[in-house]
Amino acid sequence: MSLFLIIALPFLGVLLPGLMIQAGRQSCFIITFLVTASAAIGLATHAPAVLAGEVVTAQLNWLPSLGLNVNLFLDPLGLMFAGLILGIGLLIITYARFYLSRDDNMGEFYSYLLLFQGAMVGIVLSDNILMLLIFWELTSLSSFLLIGFWKHTAEGRQGARMALTVTGMGGLALIGGMLLLGQIAGSYDLTVILEKRDLVQASPLYVPALILILIGCFTKSAQFPFHFWLPHAMAAPTPVSAYLHSATMVKAGLFLMARLWPVLSGTDLWVILVCSAGLITMVLGAVIALFKDDLKALLAFSTVSHLGLITFLLGTGTPFGAMAAVFHILNHASFKAALFMSAGIVDHALHTRDMKRLGGLRRLMPITFSVATIAALSMAGIPLLNGFLSKEMMLEEAYHTTLFGSPYLVAGVATLGALFSAAYSFRFISHTFLGPVRNDYPAKPHDPEVGLWLPPALLMIPVILIGVAPFLAEPFVKTVTQAVIGNAADVPTAHFKIWHGLVPALWMSVIAVVGGLILLAAFAPLARLWAATPRPEAKDIFDRIITAAVGIGHVFANRLHNNSFTRYASIFVATVIAVGAHAWFTGVNAAPTREMLPITPVGFAGWLMLILATAFLVTVHRNRLAVLILMGIIGLMVSVGFNYFSAPDLALTQISVEVVTIVLLLLALNFMPNTTPVESTKGARARDIVLALAGGIAATGLIYSMLMSDFPIASISEYHLANSYKGGGGTNVVNVILVDFRGFDTFGEIIVLGIAALVIYALTEALLSGPVRARLLNRGYEEVRAGNAHPLMMVVLTRVLMPVVLMVGVYIFLRGHNEPGGGFIAGLVVAIAVLMQYMASGFTWADRRQRYPYHGIIGAGVLCAGLTGIGAWFAGVPFLSSAFGYFRIPPMEEFELATAMGFDLGVFLAVVGAVMLSLESFSRLGRRAGIEASDYAMDIDPSRPEISTGGES
Amino acid sequence: MELLVATAIGALTAAGIYMILRLRTFPVIIGTSLLSYAVNVFLFASGRLAINAPPVLRDGVEVYADPLPQALVLTAIVISFGMTAVVVMIALGSYLSADDDMVNAPETHPGSGDPADPAQRGGGAL
Repeated sequence: MSLFLIIALPFLGVLLPGLMIQAGRQSCFIITFLVTASAAIGLATHAPAVLAGEVVTAQLNWLPSLGLNVNLFLDPLGLMFAGLILGIGLLIITYARFYLSRDDNMGEFYSYLLLFQGAMVGIVLSDNILMLLIFWELTSLSSFLLIGFWKHTAEGRQGARMALTVTGMGGLALIGGMLLLGQIAGSYDLTVILEKRDLVQASPLYVPALILILIGCFTKSAQFPFHFWLPHAMAAPTPVSAYLHSATMVKAGLFLMARLWPVLSGTDLWVILVCSAGLITMVLGAVIALFKDDLKALLAFSTVSHLGLITFLLGTGTPFGAMAAVFHILNHASFKAALFMSAGIVDHALHTRDMKRLGGLRRLMPITFSVATIAALSMAGIPLLNGFLSKEMMLEEAYHTTLFGSPYLVAGVATLGALFSAAYSFRFISHTFLGPVRNDYPAKPHDPEVGLWLPPALLMIPVILIGVAPFLAEPFVKTVTQAVIGNAADVPTAHFKIWHGLVPALWMSVIAVVGGLILLAAFAPLARLWAATPRPEAKDIFDRIITAAVGIGHVFANRLHNNSFTRYASIFVATVIAVGAHAWFTGVNAAPTREMLPITPVGFAGWLMLILATAFLVTVHRNRLAVLILMGIIGLMVSVGFNYFSAPDLALTQISVEVVTIVLLLLALNFMPNTTPVESTKGARARDIVLALAGGIAATGLIYSMLMSDFPIASISEYHLANSYKGGGGTNVVNVILVDFRGFDTFGEIIVLGIAALVIYALTEALLSGPVRARLLNRGYEEVRAGNAHPLMMVVLTRVLMPVVLMVGVYIFLRGHNEPGGGFIAGLVVAIAVLMQYMASGFTWADRRQRYPYHGIIGAGVLCAGLTGIGAWFAGVPFLSSAFGYFRIPPMEEFELATAMGFDLGVFLAVVGAVMLSLESFSRLGRRAGIEASDYAMDIDPSRPEISTGGES
Repeated sequence: MELLVATAIGALTAAGIYMILRLRTFPVIIGTSLLSYAVNVFLFASGRLAINAPPVLRDGVEVYADPLPQALVLTAIVISFGMTAVVVMIALGSYLSADDDMVNAPETHPGSGDPADPAQRGGGAL
């Protein structure tokens, strides 16, 4: 199965559980299980090749110029993680089926879970670090949804927010670090970067890149000082905790450290940062875990501690450390997921996870007891279980590691961590299952149905198997280790054995186990001491930081965002001018390279009218009607200017848009005051004039210097001119660009136009369904009304003009490919023709005779353009490629038919529909009460016999 | 001619900026329309000016105006109509439902409540 499909399967399946829940919980579960199982099978088909040393790749170049390629690769490290994600995923999906109650929306839960699963698989299979970052962020988002799954609880919401804040912040740092790394290595492909160890470590950017990447990894893997979010994320349903917080998401940080190990590790900075963070986290997590009464909180902190242990192993930078880390990742995933699930079983049966209210469950819940005890003993590092082996390797590594110049420091701290680790594992067993049977359980204890205990029980197979026969895991772990360390070093030759002789690690192990038992025995006084010691509460600190950040944000927001649009606009204008001025005065302005065109009298006259109209507009702007007239003059001059400077298409478009814009503004003015009152102070006006003049001078200077110099680099227009006829079959290059070269842009633009029209329609609907409707219907007339609203002359004239204008529209449309014209202009012209009928005979009359709804016309236009584009696929060419040919039907002249015409037809329809829908929506506001819809096209019609009221007809 | 075009763009920009800094919706809309003119002409002119050289291919003609900015501006003109229409509709809706065509919310003072409170806007938002 293609690697693409393995990643895509969970994403494709995301919607399925949500749909299948309609068919019942069982079908919902089965479909989710099948989706994950197919991805897992797909992965398994690659396993033999990968383990034989082959690297499976899949490539798709997306934006090669930016280094953004969808490249995937599967090596043993990726295989191990993907296997954990999908394998444990299957167990968790099964477990969740029985864990979730009927009140929980199972479809929603599984959808989020699949989303998360896809993102995780994406991380571990990405060969491109930019893509890896996207999947990384996606895990943060999907885990937010999962942690906050029980939205009704405050803890759920807070925990989800905290997790998102911390991991999201780390994600930002990671983006920075990864981009730096890509810059140093000169490639964003992991396989390339991994080869560049010397280059990267010699770079001055190595330190910032390393620190940023580590912040990303530490936040994700809950390393000190970012460890606090993980225990709060325990507000999630237990399957989520078991999946995200034992086996998968928190291991993403470890994965990344392991992945980048060949490039980043080995320097002093790496050892100091990673080792100390790991060691501190290991001890801190273990100590806190011992004193947590909540089963899940204990497991959460123990996870933090174990993640610290693995981080430390990766931090030592030795191949043996890397091997121990890989081994412990595997072992920890197996026993910790089982422990979380056992805690969930206890919670499910007794409705409490508080160890103070538990105890004595070993006879009442024998299966759960067996599973949990084996897993917890493995966690404690008891021989014949897999946890023992990797913990021995950790202690061995710690014994040989020197940090801060002291050979005993690391060994001592590691032993202390192992000691507390053993203590809380023993406490987990003892305070839950051992001791006397109580008679005050909140609910009757019982072993769960098979669906709940089987998943954790299955995990005990590797725990015991590897524990008893470690050589079984050796080849696999060594293959993965080889993938981690790459070519940087050789895989250690040490064999996996239970008995190494009386080595120091054994003694450290013995100290840890014995010390753990002593701590358990002395637990009661120790717990009192712990409760009495003051210590910083990470959540309070976090909350205070957030409150402070929000406070600072408010200071800025209140200062800048005071609900005054005028202020925003002036800040914006001033900033643009300031930035422009900076560029202007510090940059080099080359001497003019072009001759100025001579000023002609016609050109000067047009310029003068435009300037005068603009100046008048500003001076008389309080009279709104005058403003519209002056806008008309400006628009006319602009379109004349377009025509003068060889842009006939633009001139035609501008003048027709001008007509509809003025009609639109007139319609709007109908409902608004006719004048603008004097409100701003003289000072404010002076400030605005200064800003406006500065902006005007800046625009003048910029365009003038552009106009007087040649293009700094060759324009692509030459290509368009050269290929317009040969490739596009049209001589009007502007139209060919619109419908062919850049047809996809145009396609997007007609969609935008259609959306704008629909927005206007929706806004009108919203207005007319609210209290505004009554006000509009009942408003009176401020001015004297014309006695004849629909005059005869106008009606007759527009009727006569209608076919003429339509014909002109068709003509403009048809000639568009070779002469100025085309769909846009034709659409506007036809819209104006229809608009005239509305104006002459009134909205209601015209609307009744309008057979096709304008929404439909917009849709037909977009569809027509889109289908034309798709048609190209059937000819085996990309979307929107056009074809054309010349035909001759006697007695007509030879003419051309191009598929681009179908596209242009779509443009035409969309423009007609959008313009008419907008104006129609405005007109609908104009209805008033007491006006009967007239059946007649004009108010006074001499040919119509006068009908007396209550007439005989 | 370049000087005339440049000053015309400057005049339209200045008028547009002045108008968007007014306090009522209508002049602000007019201001954005003026800025649209300025921007469209600016984009068009960035292809450099040419007289009597429309980009319609003819036998024997070698020099044409730059067609690319023209194509871009053509759609920009149509889209700016659509956008103007939407803004006008929003302004109109705000005026009709709140009887107020101010573009700014009433001054709020620190401590007098949340400045983002829509209620203080007189329920003016659509």
